[in-house]
Amino acid sequence: MRSIHTIAVAGLLLAAGFAIPRLLATEIPQAERRSGYTFMSPDTKAIQDDDTANPGMLWVLDGEALWKRKTGTADKACADCHDDARASMKGVAARYPAFDRTLGRPVNLEQRINLCRAQHQQATPLPYESRDLLALAAFVGQQSRGVPITAGTDPQLEPFVAKGRDTFMRRQGQLNLGCTNCHNDNWDKHLAGSAVTQALPTGYPLYRLEWQSLGSLQRRLRNCMTGMRTQIYDYGAPELVELELYLMSRAHDMPVETPAVRP
Amino acid sequence: MSAVPIVTLRPAEATPAMLASAIRNVVGAATVQTGKVKIDVPPLVENGNTVPLTVTVASPMTENDYVKSIHVFNEKNPQPNVGNFYLGPRAGRAQISTRIRLADTQKIVAIARLSDGSFWSVSADVVVTLAACTEEVI
Amino acid sequence: MASALINVPKKAKRGDIIEIKTLMSHIMETGYRRTATGELVPRDIITSFTCRYNGVEVFRADLFPAIAANPFITFFTVATESGKFDFEWIGDRGFTETASAAISVE
Repeated sequence: MRSIHTIAVAGLLLAAGFAIPRLLATEIPQAERRSGYTFMSPDTKAIQDDDTANPGMLWVLDGEALWKRKTGTADKACADCHDDARASMKGVAARYPAFDRTLGRPVNLEQRINLCRAQHQQATPLPYESRDLLALAAFVGQQSRGVPITAGTDPQLEPFVAKGRDTFMRRQGQLNLGCTNCHNDNWDKHLAGSAVTQALPTGYPLYRLEWQSLGSLQRRLRNCMTGMRTQIYDYGAPELVELELYLMSRAHDMPVETPAVRP
Repeated sequence: MSAVPIVTLRPAEATPAMLASAIRNVVGAATVQTGKVKIDVPPLVENGNTVPLTVTVASPMTENDYVKSIHVFNEKNPQPNVGNFYLGPRAGRAQISTRIRLADTQKIVAIARLSDGSFWSVSADVVVTLAACTEEVI
Repeated sequence: MASALINVPKKAKRGDIIEIKTLMSHIMETGYRRTATGELVPRDIITSFTCRYNGVEVFRADLFPAIAANPFITFFTVATESGKFDFEWIGDRGFTETASAAISVE
């Protein structure tokens, strides 16, 4: 009886069309994918590995306190609905950006937090890259540490993943450079003194040594665009969320590392 | 830093003379011997904003023979001092770790003051490169 | 909202040399950076860190702008008796933070 049940469930899933992201010819084969962690020196890896030495954990601690703090005119804390984040938030960050039915488009984790604040706490949205928003995102993200990334598998997200992929592949800006030129074609070479990685955002929000602070994937992407000398999207812009979504789908099945440390 | 003729409160770059005078502030007229002190620092840093540094001094750390303090200096940051660390016989082991900023490829100097009043030093050369993609200034 | 991360072993044997790791949230603004319009951003750093073991100072550090943001400091001390470690960070603009950790020594 049990085996028939399992086959039936598998059949239902296939019928529902849960898709594994398609691989384009230029993309990195699954077996060759490596987290940005593997490109770092042993000293920097050691900073990420030790929770008492990882500065990102300071934001996680802040986030833990914010989780329990009542806020907004509804005077509610995240914990009032979501209880212990260790249980309720496990696996959540691994599937973000996720499809939001009301908006009909993907939202990233920071936007989801602000939507919750508006809808359930009647609180004002936290500004992008503010300490509080980063702390909450880091705290929620850390609950998914070790969980394989599944962002982008929802079939409703397919057109948005495609748009993100187009942005990644397209040559743009003053240098006529596409993200793919470095991150698909030339990873593990160096740009000046820095290793070119595979652009797999497994550990966001992360502590970047260059920033001496925790920051979001969107901040990192805007950095990249500055370097590429192309038009920089605003925080929260749909193009940026689509790019985030595509990048997370690139990292399909890789474990979440939040809060990571990167140079 | 470039040689732009702007009057600033502090010079943009420390000079060997500043390093020497900062060391003199600590050791006074005493001779500084080489040895006993070890610096652990990556020879090529991942990012100059955060460089892991460990300084160890060979010492029995007993009531009568211990390290009083460790002083770390640099050569090319705007200021020569990095940190002073005060130990004592209760430390057990004369070793400290921290993370420092290095503005450019340069020399780091660590000087230990022992309980008998002697000074010991070591220096290490560190290569520092700038990150490839920097941010727009906020 | 400053937070500190302290790593002190909860238990030790008398005479053990234990390692203490501390991480404090702080921007450590050097005083040498300039804004986009050229103004100097004023210095704002932690200048001093002290560790007391049952009230007796066992470790102290002077910090300068060359110490990286979110200062990470590790040091050693001999476990002599059960009790408490008190940590104190003092800095520019009246910055002061404390933390403590208990230890049981047999």
